[in-house]
Amino acid sequence: MAAIADMDYLREAPAERLPPPAMPGGIFGWLRKNLFSSPGNIALTLICILFIAWIVPPLIRFLVLDAVWSGNDRQACLASPALLEPGACWAFIRVWWSYFVYGFYPIGARWRVDLFFLALAFGIAWLAWLSAPRRDIGAVYFFIVLPVLSYVLLSGAPLIGLATVSTSLWGGILVTIVVATVGIVVALPLGILLALGRRSHMPVTRLSSITFIEFVRGVPLITVLFMASVMLPLFVPERYAPDKLVRALIGVALFASAYMAEVVRGGLAAVPRGQYEAAQALGLPYWRMMALVILPQALRVTLPNIVNTFIGLFKDTTLVFVVGIFDFLRTIEAARVDPKWATPNTSVSGYAVAALFYFICCYGMSRYARNVELRLARRRR
Amino acid sequence: MDNRPGEPRADAVKTELAVEIVALHKWYGDFHVLRDINLTVARGERIVICGPSGGGKSTLLRCINRLEDWQRGRIVVDGIELTDDPKHIVAVRRDVGMVFQHFNLFPHLTVLENCTLAPIWVRSMPKKDAEELAMRFLARVKIPEQAQKYPARLSGGQQQRVAIARALCMNPNIMLFDEPTSALDPEMVKEVLDTMVELAADGITMLVVSHEMGFARQVANRIILMDDGQFVEINEPKAFFDHPQHERTRLFLQQVLR
Repeated sequence: MAAIADMDYLREAPAERLPPPAMPGGIFGWLRKNLFSSPGNIALTLICILFIAWIVPPLIRFLVLDAVWSGNDRQACLASPALLEPGACWAFIRVWWSYFVYGFYPIGARWRVDLFFLALAFGIAWLAWLSAPRRDIGAVYFFIVLPVLSYVLLSGAPLIGLATVSTSLWGGILVTIVVATVGIVVALPLGILLALGRRSHMPVTRLSSITFIEFVRGVPLITVLFMASVMLPLFVPERYAPDKLVRALIGVALFASAYMAEVVRGGLAAVPRGQYEAAQALGLPYWRMMALVILPQALRVTLPNIVNTFIGLFKDTTLVFVVGIFDFLRTIEAARVDPKWATPNTSVSGYAVAALFYFICCYGMSRYARNVELRLARRRR
Repeated sequence: MDNRPGEPRADAVKTELAVEIVALHKWYGDFHVLRDINLTVARGERIVICGPSGGGKSTLLRCINRLEDWQRGRIVVDGIELTDDPKHIVAVRRDVGMVFQHFNLFPHLTVLENCTLAPIWVRSMPKKDAEELAMRFLARVKIPEQAQKYPARLSGGQQQRVAIARALCMNPNIMLFDEPTSALDPEMVKEVLDTMVELAADGITMLVVSHEMGFARQVANRIILMDDGQFVEINEPKAFFDHPQHERTRLFLQQVLR
C-alpha cells in the first residue's frame, strides 16, 4: 500500500535548505582525487613533477645563484677558482642596459625618452583602468595629445629648444615600444574599418577591403617591410619619401590591421541578426548602430583574439631589424658580440633578458585581457 | 475608451492613414512570399494578423519598417513613401516601433540604457530627459525596479516588456509586434498581453502578428488571416470568429481554438 500512499503525496513542510557538505577527506582526499586517481593519472603526475625537477633547479642556479651581478669586463664572468661554473653574466647587461633602452639616442637628451615612457605609461594606465575617472579625457589624451607630445619629445622641435634627433639614432626598447604602440593603435581602428568594408553591401568597398586584406595577409611581414622601405622610394621621390622608421611603422601597422580585420570580422559574424534589426528598427543610422550596438558586442566576443593579435604584433616588431632599425632584440644582438664581454655566457644572458622582456610585456597583455573578460562575463550574468 | 472606428472610411484623407500598402509583391529568390497585398490602416486602428507559419505574416510586418526589401508595389507610412532613400527609411523607422519575437534587447546595455539609446542618439535628447522618459515607460510596463539590471538577468516576460518600453521611448505613432509572445513560457504570456492591451487602450496604431486569439478578440478592430503569401480573409473580430467566410479561415480557427 506504500506505493499508493506515495502517489497522492502532498508536501506539508518545505524541505530544509542546507549548506553544501564540506570537502570529503581533507587535503589527502583532494590529492587522491586530483593527482592520483588512476594509474594513468599517477604516471602523468609523476612525469610532470620529474620534468619540473629537471628544468627548474638548473635554471635558478644559472639565472640567480651562480649569476655574476657586477663587474667591468669579461673577466668577471669567466670561470675562476672562486666560481667554477659561472651562471648568467648580468654584469654585461648592467653595463649595456642604457644602450638596450635608448639605442644611440644622445645621452644628453635621454630625459626626453624617459618622459615619453612616463607619458605613455600614464596614458595606458588611464585607459586600462576601467573605473578610472574621466576616461573620455583619457582617450583624448591617449589618441590626440600623446602622439603629438611623443613626436615633439622624441623627434625634437628646434622651435621650442628641443634639438632634432634623427630616427637613425633611436634604438632598443624605445623603438620596440614605439613600433608596437603605433602598430596596435593604428591596427584596431583600421582593422575595424576593413572588417566593416568586407561585410559592406557596396561592391567597390567590399572588393577593395577583400583585396587589401587578402594581399597583405598573403605576404610575409618581412616582405611588407622590405617593400615599405625599398619600394616606396620608387613611387615617391627620395626627397619626399618618409623616414625609414616611419616606413617600417606603416608596414607593421598595415600588416597588423589586415589580421585585425579578420579577427573583428569573426566577432561581427557572432552578433545575432536580431541585434542589427532591433537597432535599425529604432532608427539608428549605420555608423551609430555599429558604434553603439554591434561593435561593442563584436569586440567583446573576440577580445581574446584581439589580444592574441596584439601579442603577435608585439613580437613581430623584432622583424624591423631587417630594414636596419635597431629594436630591442637587435641592440642585444649588437652588444653580445662586444669583444670586451666575450664569455661563454654573454649571448645566453642577453637572450634571457630579451625573453624576459617580451614575456613580461605579452603576459601582462594576456592577464589584463583575462581580467577584462572576467569582468564583462560577470556583468552580463 | 474602446470606441472601435471599424473599417477605415473610403474617403479617408491621406494623413489619416497610418499605413497604406498597395499591390505589394515580394520574392525570396524564386519563392513568391508576398502576393498582391493591399491594406490601409487608419490611425488608431489595431490589426491582428494570424495564419499558419511560413505564410508571410512576419515578412509583411517587416516590410512596413523596411527591414525587408520588396520588388513590386508601394508602402506609405505616416505619409512617407518608403523608397530606397535612406532618409525616408530612417524617418519611417523613427516613427514606427517594433517588438520582436526574441526581444532583441541589447545584452551589453542595462535595461535603462536599452531604453535611452535611441532617444539620445536618434532624437538627440539630453541624457537626463531620456532617462526620465525611459523610467516613465518602464513604470508603465511595471518594471521600473529592474532599470539598472542587464537584460540577461530578467525573465522572458520582463525582457519583452522592456522591449515594448524601449520602442515606446521613441514615441512612435505605429507599433509593430512580431509574434511577441510565442517565445515566452506560458506563465509569462499574460503579463505581456496585458501590457499590450493597456497600450491598445491608449489609441496607438498597432499591427500585431500573433496566434493569441483571445487577445485578437479583445483588442483588434480587424483580424487578417494570411496564408501562402496572400490575405485570405479580413474581418471584424466578431464576424471573424463567429461567421468565418472562407473555408481556410474555418480550418485555421478549428486548429487554434480547439
